[in-house]
Amino acid sequence: MTSPPAPVDQIREKIGAYTLSESEFRGETTFTVKAESIVECCSLLKNTLGFTYLADVTVVDYLTVKFPRYEVVYLLHRFGENYEENLKIRLKAALEQDNPAIDSVTSVWSGANWLEREAYDMFGITFRGHPDPRRILMPDDYDEFPLRKDFDVRDRESSKRCFERALDEGLE
Amino acid sequence: MGVSSGSLLGGDGFLTTKISAVANWGRKHSLWPMAFGTACCAIEMMGTFSSRFDIARFGAETVRFSPRQADLMIVSGTITYKMASVCRRIYEQMPEPKWVIAMGSCTCGGGPFDSYAVVQGIDEFLPVDVYVGGCPPRPEALIDAVMKIQKKIDNEGPPIV
Ligand code: SF4
Repeated sequence: MTSPPAPVDQIREKIGAYTLSESEFRGETTFTVKAESIVECCSLLKNTLGFTYLADVTVVDYLTVKFPRYEVVYLLHRFGENYEENLKIRLKAALEQDNPAIDSVTSVWSGANWLEREAYDMFGITFRGHPDPRRILMPDDYDEFPLRKDFDVRDRESSKRCFERALDEGLE
Repeated sequence: MGVSSGSLLGGDGFLTTKISAVANWGRKHSLWPMAFGTACCAIEMMGTFSSRFDIARFGAETVRFSPRQADLMIVSGTITYKMASVCRRIYEQMPEPKWVIAMGSCTCGGGPFDSYAVVQGIDEFLPVDVYVGGCPPRPEALIDAVMKIQKKIDNEGPPIV
């Protein structure tokens, strides 16, 4: 009698067509997926494999360390019957340096809305098809992407300009 | 101010003073703080307001969350540039005379946050009267700051605008 397939095996089988590589670290599995098929991959994970919770969307900027420069990271969670059956996986999609853009997963998890806005705000990644593609933390007229590795973290010029403008508007 | 109840002057007791001295005496014992708490220092400020430290003993009795009713702004916490315009507008809405305490390293000079978003000291956009260092300062330090403001009112009266 064969034992039922381990959950990760099951996932690997289902999303195999979309993945480029896979790695494991401390019991957590990471799939690198094709950026162009992120929405198909995510809806499969949500609708047939039960990953109902998108815990976070974030970005890594490798600048010169790695090519392509950006990686968008999705942290997914599946709730099991018992605590031990909870499962976390991570998806990564690599993006080019020039005009980095990827399809929005808001159609799959509406909770992705603010997470993607933050990723845009900090790294300047465009999420195609996002219902509300504004900045979320920095002022609307801020014109840097502060968590990019080529941004000087002490550069306050843009912040100051937004502050002055907000002040002028407020005192009118 | 001088108080006398000597029989020499009639026995009823009277008081000689200047209007400004009476006004300053009133001002200094009824400082109403506008609590502008944005980060961890605000927790320490709440501690200062509540029973163990009880800033009411020094006349700063009622904390006002409406700038129209306050005359002492206690800025406690990290101020980002996005918040700075709000802070400035609230300051403008306070009636004269008014004073400002910068509570904590963040408000005095940016604190640990030397970054793109954080104002490196609220004196970039507000006239600060007393700076309180510390991360966060102890309630005693804030009480000391309030008492320094009281001394300042005694010596100088309201700020000239
Ligand atoms: S000075 Fe320290 S305690 Fe106060 S707001 Fe800044 S980081 Fe927090």
